[in-house]
Parts: sequence; C-alpha cells; structure tokens
Amino acid sequence: MLAKLMRLSSVQRVVSILAIVGIYVILANTLFPEGSFFHVSSYSVNLLGKYLCYALLALALDLVWGYCGILSLGHGAFFALGGYAMGMYLMRQIGDRGVYGNPELPDFMVFLNWDSLPWFWQGSDSFVWMIAMVVLAPGLLAYVFGAMAFRSRVSGVYLSIMTQAMTYALMLAFFRNEMGFGGNNGMTDFKDILGFSLQSDTTRLVLFGLTVVILAAAYYLCDRIVTCKAGKIITAIRDSESRVRFVGYNSASYKVFLFTFSAVLAGIAGALYVPQVGIINPGEFSPINSIEIVIWVAIGGRGTLYGAIIGAVVVSFAKTRLTGIMPEAWLFALGGLFVLVTLLLPKGLVGLFDKRFPAKKNTTAQENAA
Amino acid sequence: MTPISSFLRFAHLPQSRVEMTQNANNKTPEQLEGHHMKLKKLTLAAALIASSLASSVTFAKDDDTIKVGVLHSLTGTMAISETTLKDTVLMMVDEQNKKGGLLGKKIEAVVVDPASNWPLFAEKARELLVQEDVDVIFGGWTSVSRKSVLPVVEELNGMMFYPVQYEGEESSKNVFYTGAAPNQQAIPAVDYLMNDIGAERWVLLGTDYVYPRTTNKILEAYLKANGVEDKDIMIQYTPFGHSDWQNIVSDVKKFGSTGKKTAVVSTINGDANVPFYKELGNQGISAEDIPVVAFSVGEEELSGFDTSPLVGHLAAWNYFQSIYTDENDAFIAKWKAFIGDEDRVTNDPMEATYIGFNMWAKAVEQTGTTDVDTVSDALIGMATPNLTGGIAVMNPNHHLSKPVFIGEIQDDGQVEVVWETPGTVRGDAWSDYLETSKNLMSDWSAPMNCGSYDVVKGACTGAK
Amino acid sequence: MVKPFLALFFVLSFLGMAFNVGAEEQSFEELVAELPDTNFKTLPALLDKFAEQDDPRTAILLTNLLGGDVYYHPRSQQVITMTKVQGERQFIDVLTSEVIAEPSGVRLRKVRVNNSVRSHIRQLQAQQNISDSNPDVRLKAVKNLLSDVDQISPQLLANRLQKEQDSDIHALLSAIAALHELDSGDESKQLDAINTLRGNLQPDVRIALMQLQQRDALPETVRDALNSTLAGIETQRKWYGWAENIFFGVSMGSVLLLAAIGLAITFGVMGVINMAHGEMIMLGAYTTYVIQQAFPGLIEYSLLMAVPAAFLVSGFVGIVIERSVIQFLKGRPLETLLATFGISLILQQLVRTVFSPLNRQVAAPEWMSGSLQINPVFSVTYNRLYIILFSLTVFFALMIFLKKSSLGLHVRAVAQNRDMARALSVKSNWVDAATFGLGSGIAGVAGVVLSQLTNVGPNLGQSYIIDSFLVVVFGGVASLWGTLVSAMTLGIVNKFLEPVTGPVLATIIVLVGLVFFIQKRPMGLFPQKGRAE
Repeated sequence: MLAKLMRLSSVQRVVSILAIVGIYVILANTLFPEGSFFHVSSYSVNLLGKYLCYALLALALDLVWGYCGILSLGHGAFFALGGYAMGMYLMRQIGDRGVYGNPELPDFMVFLNWDSLPWFWQGSDSFVWMIAMVVLAPGLLAYVFGAMAFRSRVSGVYLSIMTQAMTYALMLAFFRNEMGFGGNNGMTDFKDILGFSLQSDTTRLVLFGLTVVILAAAYYLCDRIVTCKAGKIITAIRDSESRVRFVGYNSASYKVFLFTFSAVLAGIAGALYVPQVGIINPGEFSPINSIEIVIWVAIGGRGTLYGAIIGAVVVSFAKTRLTGIMPEAWLFALGGLFVLVTLLLPKGLVGLFDKRFPAKKNTTAQENAA
Repeated sequence: MTPISSFLRFAHLPQSRVEMTQNANNKTPEQLEGHHMKLKKLTLAAALIASSLASSVTFAKDDDTIKVGVLHSLTGTMAISETTLKDTVLMMVDEQNKKGGLLGKKIEAVVVDPASNWPLFAEKARELLVQEDVDVIFGGWTSVSRKSVLPVVEELNGMMFYPVQYEGEESSKNVFYTGAAPNQQAIPAVDYLMNDIGAERWVLLGTDYVYPRTTNKILEAYLKANGVEDKDIMIQYTPFGHSDWQNIVSDVKKFGSTGKKTAVVSTINGDANVPFYKELGNQGISAEDIPVVAFSVGEEELSGFDTSPLVGHLAAWNYFQSIYTDENDAFIAKWKAFIGDEDRVTNDPMEATYIGFNMWAKAVEQTGTTDVDTVSDALIGMATPNLTGGIAVMNPNHHLSKPVFIGEIQDDGQVEVVWETPGTVRGDAWSDYLETSKNLMSDWSAPMNCGSYDVVKGACTGAK
Repeated sequence: MVKPFLALFFVLSFLGMAFNVGAEEQSFEELVAELPDTNFKTLPALLDKFAEQDDPRTAILLTNLLGGDVYYHPRSQQVITMTKVQGERQFIDVLTSEVIAEPSGVRLRKVRVNNSVRSHIRQLQAQQNISDSNPDVRLKAVKNLLSDVDQISPQLLANRLQKEQDSDIHALLSAIAALHELDSGDESKQLDAINTLRGNLQPDVRIALMQLQQRDALPETVRDALNSTLAGIETQRKWYGWAENIFFGVSMGSVLLLAAIGLAITFGVMGVINMAHGEMIMLGAYTTYVIQQAFPGLIEYSLLMAVPAAFLVSGFVGIVIERSVIQFLKGRPLETLLATFGISLILQQLVRTVFSPLNRQVAAPEWMSGSLQINPVFSVTYNRLYIILFSLTVFFALMIFLKKSSLGLHVRAVAQNRDMARALSVKSNWVDAATFGLGSGIAGVAGVVLSQLTNVGPNLGQSYIIDSFLVVVFGGVASLWGTLVSAMTLGIVNKFLEPVTGPVLATIIVLVGLVFFIQKRPMGLFPQKGRAE
C-alpha cells in the first residue's frame, strides 16, 4: 500500500495519510479491546479530533499568511464565531433538560430573566440554519473587514494589529452578559447533536471521522486554490503587491476572496471543535489564542499547507503532554521550542525533511514570504 | 504513578518508535525521491502520535496507591490564586501519608496544569479520570473552569471538590462545593452593613462575569425587599483585569456624597482589586466614609500590596487567618513550614480545601473504598472540624454549613473579625431571592437524588 | 444610630470638662488595665475616659490605636504597642513608654478597633486638635468637624473664629458657623448664612443646603437665595467634573505612552515585533520590588533608585535577547514574533519560579500617596500627577537623545537605510543591540511606574502588550510624536466615553473606532514619509 501511495501527488498523499490515520484510529478504537496494545482509547480519539480541528484552523491561516502574506492575528475570532454558531444550536438541543427546565430558553437566559429568545437566536435550533451560520457569520465578518481593509490598502503590521483589535473587541463584547451569548461562562453542558448523545463513544467517533473528512476536503480545496492560476496571482501579491496591481490585476478582490474563504474554514473548524471539547466561551476570542495559531503555522512551516497541519498537531500534542508531565516547567519547554525552531529551522519542522531530502522545485515556494 | 514515572512511560514508547524510523531510513535506498521519504516520515509521525496517545492506557494500572488529582492552574492569569491551592492539597496529601496514608495505601497527588484555559480544564479533567484513573479531583477556581469540568466529571462519574466561593445556582451529583454559596457570604455582609454600619445607599461593583452578576442580582432583590429604593443602588461592571479605576472611584465618591451613609459591595475579581484599592486610597475614600466590603479579597490578595490606606475596609469570608483557635494556629504553622516561607498567609479557599480533603479522607476510611458512589453517600452528613473552632457539615445538597465572618482589613494585610454569625449557615445551592430558583432545591440523598427539584411542580427539572 | 448618641455624649463630656465634675476619675494606669477586656461596644466609652485626662501618653495611645498597633500579652495582660521602625519591629510598653524585648512564645493579642471606634478616635483627636498650635493639625481637625457640625459648641466656634489667623481654616470655621445658622430658623440669619456659603464647594455644605431645600416651610427669599446658590455650586461642579475627566484621560494616556514608547522604538524603528515587550515592563516592576526589599529603610527613595536600575536590568535583558536571538532573524521580521513570544513565555515562567506566582508587594512612597486638593470637588492624585510629568519627561528626553546624540543619529540612520549607514561605517550590529536595549530599558522604566498602579505579578506584561501595539500602530509606526498623540487621544476618548457607556463598552467602541480609522488612514496618524510599501 505504501508503495502505491508514493506514486501519488502531494495533495493526494496528504489526503491519503489523513484517511489512513482516520481509518486506523476508528478501527483501533472499535475493533481492539481495551487493554490491547493497538487499542486507541476514546480519550485519545477525542484529543486527536481536537488537534485536527486546530489543524484545520492552522490550514486556514496558512492559506492567507503563507500564500498571500496576510498575517492575521485575529483568526481566532472566525474560529470562535463558528464555534458559537454550533454552540447556540447545541444549547437549543438541550431543550427542557436544563436546570431550570425551560423548553425554549437556555439556562443563562432564564437566569437573566429574559422572557423570549432574542432575534439573533431565531432559527438556531435548526441544524441547517446552524450550518448556514457557521459559514455565514465568519464569512460575512471577514468579507466586510477584508473589503474595507484591502480596498484601503491597509497592509503589513497595520493589518495584523487591526485584526488583533477586531478579535479583542469581539472578546470584550462576548464577555458582556447583555450580548446574549452567555457571558464569560459561554455555553457548555451540551447534551446531544441531531438526537445523538454527545457523551456516547459512537458520536465521538463519527465527529472525529467527520473532522478527518472535512480536513482532507479543505486541504484539497486549498491545494486547488494555490495551484490554480489565481493561486499564482495570490502568491505574486504576497511577493510584490504593487507589481501585481501595476500589471492590472485587482489585488484587493483576490485578497478579499482568500481572506473570506479562510475565515469560513476557520469557522468550520470552530464548529467541529465545540461538540468535541464541550465548551465555547469568549476566551477563544482572546488575542493570545490567535497568536498561538500563528505559532502553529510558523513551527510547522509557513507556506506549505501540510506544514500548518503538522505544526498545529505537534504543538498541541506537546502542550497536552507537557502540562501533564511537567506542570510547573512546561512553559520553559514550549517557549524554548519556539525560539529554537525559529533559530534553527527557519522553514519550520517541514524544513527538516526538505533539508535532508531536498524536494523537487516546489511551486508553493516560500522564500520571499514577507 | 508519579508525574515522573508517567514521563518515563511516555518516553519509553516513542523511543522504540524512533528506532523504527531509523531502521526504515537505513533500508531506504538513497536514490529514492525526497517526497517519498517525506511521505514515509509523515506516515510514521502520524502513527507515532496516534500510538503514543493510545499507549498511555495500555499500561497496567498501579494499584498500590490512591490517586488524588489536582486540577489547579499553575500558569496563566489564574496561577496567582490557584497555585496556593495546589500546594495546599500537596500538603494535605503529605500529612495524610505521614499518618500512614489511606486504607493502608499511600496517597499520590497527580498534578496537571490546565493553564487558565477553560477548554483545557475539560481536557485535563478527562485525562485525570481516564488516563490517570484518579479517585478524586481537587480543583477549579473560576466559575467557567467549573462549568467546563462539570460535564466531564458527570459523564465519567468522577468526584470533584470545588473550594472557592461561587454564585450558586448549580448542584451536581459529582461535585462537592466547599466554598461559600451567596447566602454564606453576601447576604450576611449586607445585613452587617445595613444594621451595624447603617448603610442606606449601595454601590454594587463587580467584574462582568457570572459570579458578580448573580451575587448582585441576589443582593439587589434582597436590598429592595428591605426597602432600599432604586435610586439608592448603583451597579457597575468592569472587564477582567480592569486597571484604570479613576472614573469609577470618582463616581462612587460623588454617589456617596449625598449625606446618606453609602457602602460599596465589591465582587471585583482578583487582578483588578489592587489598582481599585490603590485608587480608592489615593482619592482619599476612607473606610469610615464609604466602607467597601469585598467577597473575593482575602489575605493572599492583600499580601500583594500595601494595605495601610485600606484599613477598615471589609471582607466577608468563612475563615480568616487572624482567628485564634488551636487548629488554626497549628494549620498556619504547618503551612509556613511546608512552603518554607514565614511570611506566607493562609486564606479561605485553603480552609475549604482543608475541609474538603479531610472529609473525603474520612469518608474513604469509613467506607473502606474509594468508589465514587459509596464515598458520595458517606460524605452526606459527614462532619469534620473547621479551622475556626466549629464543625463543618456536608449537607445533602453537597454544600457545607459554615460560619460567616466579617472582618476589617488591617495595615499588616490581615483581617480582624468585627462580626460573625452566632452559628453556622447552611449553604444554599439555589437562592431564595431569585425568581427563577426560589422553588428549586437540591438533595442528593435517597430518595430524592436530584440537584434541582422544583417543590411547586414536584418534579426534578434537571436532566438527571 | 450611633451618631446622635455620640453627639450627645460629646456635649455631656464637654459639660463635664467645663465644670470639672470628674469626681471619681480613674488613673491612666487603671484605664490601660481595662483595655484588654474591651470590645467594640465598650471601647469608645473607655476612650472618652482617657480623653478626659490630661495624661500626655493618651495622645500617643490614641494614635497607636488608630493605627491598630496596640496589643496585649495574653497571660500577663501587659499592654504593648508594636510598630515598625525602619522595617524592624519595635515593642513599647504603654505605661512606661520604654522599648522592651519581643515577647517570646506567644502570639500577641490585638486590642481590636473597627471603623466606628476609629472615627470616634478621630473625633476625640479633632476636639483636642482644633486648638493645636500646628495649623496643619488644626486644618485636619476642622475638616473632620465639618461632616458633623453639631459636635462643636457655638461658644468654642466663636472663640476659635476670633483667634484663628490662618485664612483657610478661618474660611472653614465660618462655613461651620454658617451651617449652624442655617438651622436657626431666623430668616435674615439664614440669608446671611446662604450668602456666606455661596460658591462653597464642600460636599457637606452642599448636602446641608440640599437638606434645607427639602423643607417645606421656607420663606420665599431664603428659597430663592438657596436655589441660586445651589445652582451656582452645581455649575461649578460640572466644570470641575470636565476638568477631572480630562485629567483622568491624560493620566491614562501617559500610562499608555510609557508602556508603548519602548515598543515604538523596537517595533517602530527596528521593525521587530517584540512580543516580550510586556515582560520587559514586568522585569522593571520586579526590579522595583527587589530594590525595596534590598533597602527597606529607603522606601521614600526607592522609586528614584528603581528607575535607573530597571532601565539597566531590562535594557541588559533586551541586549541579551537581541544578541542571542533577534540578530539572527534579520530580514525575517515576522519570525521575531515567534521567537519573542517564546521568550515571553520563558520569562513569565522564570519570574513565577523565582518570585512565586503570587503578586509582590511594592510600597508607595509617602510623596506618591494621597491627592492634591485643588478644591473640595477637584483633586488630583499625586501618583497620577507624577506619572504624567514623568512620562512626558521620558518622552522628551528620548526625543532629544535621538535628535542630538551621535548614537541617536546612528539609530535613525540605520532605521532609514541600513546599507547606506553601513557604507558610512556605522556599526549596524552594535546600533541594533543598543536600540533594542534602549527600547527594552524604557519598557523597564514603565514597569517602575506600573508597580505603583497595578499588580506586580507574572501577568503584568500581558495586560499591556495589546494596548501598546494599538497605540504604536494608531500613531503611525516609526513616529514618536504619533505615539504621544495617539496615547493621549486614546486615553481621553476612553475616559469621556466611560461615564456614558461603562468601561467595557467604552473599550469596545474605541477598538472599533480604531479599526475604522485605519481604513481611512492606513498608515496611522503620522505616516512615515517616503515611498509606498
């Protein structure tokens, strides 16, 4: 099977690996009994599912940063918006099983003495509506923000700091109880999705499988975007935007499109993340979280789509293990890792492979990335 | 297993995997194209991660110890408060082990760091219960951390002790609340201000999250029931870590200069307190003019700044370090010796941890097992001495009966008791002053077994 | 409930003093012996007995009680004061006034005082101090009486009015007299009193006037005078409210300026996205703490010592970071973000390990505490005032340094055109290190200031890093003037929004406003001149 895999193209390879990992994990979880060496526990499935959501988020950021030079320090906002859309749906699924037993209103609204659902919660109990919101909410925000910023030619650090201001403002707004999204506590204690209990192992496995499939699909789409003709222009914008403009391309529309698409991916990642983690709260909007996404991409290797995935998984895995193994010193290890990777591996972890086994000329070159 | 042995266990597997990787390298012909290598490495890396994740549970569980999970943030914004509680649990474990452990086994503390990150709290709780197989968890500080852990401990039927004062409106079968409910802190404090200080005008200041919101809602209802008018209540919320208090303090000053005695009830959270009190002192608001009573400021927060401008401002808790009892003196001495610092202070959440740990240990000893359901049943009605000369009792609603003390801040950072309840007050999970919860009650003993029982409808409203 | 009782008590005790009927007066020693057995209810009465005596030890005892420094030995019942002199605890026997050794083996019990006892003591002191020879003591005493004018008898007041030379105290005494007259019920006296109080901004005066306004039976003339006087006071209060807001804004702005100005150098001039900037601030704050620990007797001068020390410590750490990490990342500015983020995590955890995760206590020197009372409704706190002055000083010193010194010239040269500067034999490596050190050093100085305003803990830096970036970007990267204007603008706008919208919404509005502003001016307030991109 491996030999066959090696003859595939880059995108096919990543998709196949994802498929292998996905199928392996699902089978290992269901077929092998607990205690067997090959068994993958539900805990691990859950954790891996979370990492893959992060991977999807990192992929989204790498698309705009690695290929178009837009360093967004606010991608956590799109992720969180998608998560909130999902959270609202899950909240409504609780129905009258909340502590106050109100069939219509989530507990926190009952508690705030609201007597009816606010307008922006209308329709949130419909699965289809939720899907639409997962795409629309981050997409619309990114479109409006992007359209304004890119048309006014806000770029570089100005753009980065503005995206940071955006997510910071959203965080503060979502913290407010008056906003109607549960304030600081956010939403938690979800019961089920589409009628399936979120506590059951099967549902978790399905969610994991779904994450793998969506990540693979997203990878495929991203790869198509960066390798098609428009992708070349996008890379050109990254390397020298003015030249692209002088040649006659409307660089702003490319950027707006890419930014919006990336935000939608981030939103989908958030929506997948929430049912697997069980909580969404304004902390996801915090600027530090968005910086962490940038770190994943940089660690993995900016400008290579699979690098983003590797970075997100490796850093999250390190964090999980280190906070358990050395709870008082893990920040030293993580901080040290960041410094060392920047100094020694300018191309990120994927640079390790490329250095020892220089690959053929890559169309997705990253040398001039600003 | 200790953290170190789990490290070894972790280190063991990847090593063998790394060998595999190298073997694979050796076999690979060098002419092979780079991307093939890449592919192979990626596959292996993926397998490595998946397997090492899986590896953790495949090892036999260690049966010679009783495991206690410690789920307190050691990094991030909450480390300031929570690190102390981690050390308290370690001290209690240490002491219990010196006494010979529990059921003839040693107790082993498993410390993890949820890093003040709420989703991570859920993940770490799952790790403690599934991977480490702990028998009990001591942890949490913020409301949201508890809310995040709650579904996990309920799903996996774990047991958690939550040692911090909180907003109430919750009762879980798997959580024991050893901190104060609002009726054990807020209501007595307001009574004191109203009756003994003669306050007529009220400023409710709080950080914008669920604990202050709930407390203020309860207090507002309570004040109005006691004849305070709307115009005599001012409510203001600030963001977390708010550091510029100039306007608000000046507003409080203006609000308090109408001739009526004014008092401030502060539910300002952790970090924001220091700048708040500094501004208060500098703008010359003395406790004699406008006393501030705080529910989240204890000895430890006070040790972080110079309290001389604050002398006379109030704090309401169920424990103060300054209380003279033999148990307390012994506890303080033990704590200072354990931490190796003569200047360290003790505080209320530490006492709550102390009570929680002792109750759990006693229940385990009594029942002869660490089984969650058995121990839970034994915990209800369990009584152990608290540090202030009384007895703490675990009620069927999983809340403690505690005495309430109101103290004035001194210039040495200690708090002197100026008022206390005659006996203990029973913690109330569901506030009687809130429209939504006044009909609810919680009782986890048979036959009711319900966290939110509606006495009017005669039905259990929660899911379980 | 307590107050009328107290007032009555005072009148009685005054009478007692006047006619000297203290027949069964207890001695100072007997009274002290009663101290250990008191509680909050019985202590005030006991203190009144102390006050009736002329014993010189009473004044000291009252002061110590006020400070909560009076203890007793649980077994021998010996009453002792425990005070800290230059960081050392000193024990003094109250009866003999002699220094004694620290009682060993017991925890001393405190003679506890609460707010009502404290305010009782203050009133007792005020009674005595109103005739004190020191005008400052008299002023304080009179101010204390203003809140409850019934505590002073008209005779004593008239007596003091006659003798008082100090104009401020005289004015206050006249106000007290006028407040007495307000209640007299005599129309012309009331009118006179109201006229005396015209323009008086004391809150107590306003309260008294408002209470009078509530009364139904008032002569028309009195009511008119009252209304116009109150209206005048309200107008003044409004104006001073504005002045206060501007001061608050400028003060917030100057904190932002201090926090951001170091970043304006490392980020603006060098183009390094220094995520560890906040930690440089934190190091400065911890330096202040260490200095105070090292020289416990010199708290008054600790800040002055801490400013250069923090500059050196943070500056040194900055240079180390530049030499060991950042210099290898030239031409890859965005990767400095990653590396410095890692450094910031390490520094935070380092501080947590070395100093514990708890907040550290940094004392405020006497001269930084309290406020400058411009008038009764407008006062500026000394610490804010000094911070405004200090941050402007730092700003202009930096400007002059960059404009006039040769290093400043080199810094600017490297910032504008590195290759050309090198061609002219500017050691760009050295300049980079110095620039980074300078920016970090100034961040350290900001830390000294912040230690006076907020928590000194491992998270200190985190709370200022985002604000700092916003300030620099809003002002226009690489423009120090821009940083100044933007910090002040953000501070003032915030402080004017806050009373209307509350602090959370104010911040959100400012942030959203900022995002829109940058759309209009993509390079900030003061864009760098030169070619596009």
